[in-house]
Amino acid sequence: MSILVNKNTRVVVQGITGKEGSFHATQCKAYGTQVVAGVTPGKAGQEVEGIPVFNTVRDAVKKADCDTSLIFVPPPFCADAILEAADAGIKLVICITEGIPVNDMVRVKRALRGRDVRLVGPNCPGVITVDEAKIGIMPGFIHKKGVVGVVSRSGTLTYEAVHQLSTLGLGETTCVGIGGDPVNGTGFVDVLPLFEKDPETQAIVMIGEIGGDAEEKAAEFIKKQVKKPVVSFIAGITAPPGRRMGHAGAIISGGKGTASEKMKALESAGVRVVKNPAEIGHAVKTALGR
Amino acid sequence: MNVHEFQAKSLFAQFGVPVPRGKEITSPDAATAWANELNTPVFVVKAQIHAGGRGKAGGVKITKDKAAVAGLAKELIGKTLVTHQTGSKGRVVHRLLMEEGANIAKELYLSILVDRDTGWATFIASTEGGMEIEEVAEKTPEKIIKEAVDPAVGFQGHNGRNVAFALGLQSIEPAVINPFVQLLGNLYRLFMEKNAALVEINPLIITKEKTLVALDGKVSFDDNAIFKHEDVQKMRDLNEEDPLEIEATASNLNYVKLDGNIGCMVNGAGLAMATMDVIKLAGSEPANFLDVGGGATKDTVAAGFRILLKDPNVKGIFINIFGGIVRCERIAHGVIEAAKEVKINVPLVVRLQGTNAPEGRKLLAESGLKVDVADDLWEAAQKIVKLTGKAA
Repeated sequence: MSILVNKNTRVVVQGITGKEGSFHATQCKAYGTQVVAGVTPGKAGQEVEGIPVFNTVRDAVKKADCDTSLIFVPPPFCADAILEAADAGIKLVICITEGIPVNDMVRVKRALRGRDVRLVGPNCPGVITVDEAKIGIMPGFIHKKGVVGVVSRSGTLTYEAVHQLSTLGLGETTCVGIGGDPVNGTGFVDVLPLFEKDPETQAIVMIGEIGGDAEEKAAEFIKKQVKKPVVSFIAGITAPPGRRMGHAGAIISGGKGTASEKMKALESAGVRVVKNPAEIGHAVKTALGR
Repeated sequence: MNVHEFQAKSLFAQFGVPVPRGKEITSPDAATAWANELNTPVFVVKAQIHAGGRGKAGGVKITKDKAAVAGLAKELIGKTLVTHQTGSKGRVVHRLLMEEGANIAKELYLSILVDRDTGWATFIASTEGGMEIEEVAEKTPEKIIKEAVDPAVGFQGHNGRNVAFALGLQSIEPAVINPFVQLLGNLYRLFMEKNAALVEINPLIITKEKTLVALDGKVSFDDNAIFKHEDVQKMRDLNEEDPLEIEATASNLNYVKLDGNIGCMVNGAGLAMATMDVIKLAGSEPANFLDVGGGATKDTVAAGFRILLKDPNVKGIFINIFGGIVRCERIAHGVIEAAKEVKINVPLVVRLQGTNAPEGRKLLAESGLKVDVADDLWEAAQKIVKLTGKAA
């Protein structure tokens, strides 16, 4: 078991003929992911490392039977690409692209509401179920099959946590990057119940950062509905208010969204909050009584 | 990206949001000329900087004397204003907005931004105009009115009426209810069409003549959407930005200057923040946030060094790279090459982890560079703090 993706997941890569798209499609395939199709309008008939390219996601679904999309399309065209995937019947859309205008995401999120499709991202590293499917840009080799579910707003900071978990021999089940944008698809509160239900996942690592109140919402949820141990790190305790720290969503505005508020909320929900990012792995180990 | 009040107001006017008659002024002579044209009983001269709190800092002058405006302009242009938002160094005033005064009967607060929780553009309004909205939210949260607009259909009349009646306009001044609803519709159009991140009118006034006027205005734009709007790009005022941040943007680096003295260079925004945090935990303060991005190369590393070393506060540099797709030995090459181009005269700690980290560490160790190499994050942070002394 795992969450969201597994060895049976059939992936179409949107923007597969671009530099990023072709590189990562190849990497994902090499990891063992079933990358069965690519889409670039006007390039049907071409192949990328043996992966057939189609003009539309609709064609890809029809001819290659894919259920999940991985998007590398440039930001101005991303809203369209996400909606195209949803319209073609894709059930899971993972959008890596960084820099999509917020108002585009406002419209996309509204359009997806109530439909049988889940969006992960944008501006995220993707999703990996260890030894089964890597659908994103994370380095596969740092992951080790194990018992910890990871959900995070960050990319390289997630790799840092995963590295610690793997080194300590705990390993991961699935790692989900929900992305650093202010308006995104899947949130912490969507992923937490999946990990709670997954029999293989024994503990959860949740990596948050300044801005918004997703961590506070997660704390409320954990308090009521998560029994598995949760370890959390919140980045940005040293971040000044009013400044955007790289991620579009990482900003303390109007005194709201500070790291200390988030830590407090999580601690009161029984989450083990670590102040030092180098201690994430050890905290999980302790939580699991190993 | 932020713009000046006069630029915000020109956008308001363009979208049918009423503003006082006013003009951008950069000299005392221009102030006199505009005063003659404006011909109004009260003249308002406002310093234009990208920070709030200008009034309290002496950046807003009011006079009834047409002959006095040149003197006020002279006093303000070149003056350094220190407000709660500028930091202790303050900002030099380069331009003014000079406009007609208004007869205020009532001040309201109005803004629109995307509520991150719902993902919908949301109006925030209050009868406590002129006050900082954060303060109102804290002391009297019941006075904050929120109205979200469904992006599927856009602004509807009922959105405006909901706000108008919740504010109690029916008892404050019924004559402005319809114009108010219309104003909200116009503001929504401005917000969406120009890809604003925030539009704020504080105060929005009801005049004694029973009209609405945006007496102040603040607009900031979504950086990811500025490519769509040439008019917005032209509004950028580099005087209002940190020179090192401008240089970083030109090199495609994400840099935010802070007050500490350990410069850091990291790949990825989350890890960059975590690196700052770990420096503080180790007993010092970060000099900056710097994300060199997922595809760090020799050139980006060199550009990063140049920016870090231009900050006189930097007493040591901590490079923290988690190699994913980027291989650590490439980063090591980058550091070695960049160090040849840029003279590094402060302690340097490099922590490499992830793809090909051992190879990278070996290259650095054998390079002859004066560099401390580490593989553990906490160990590296302690090292750089120790090397720079307990300067913080």
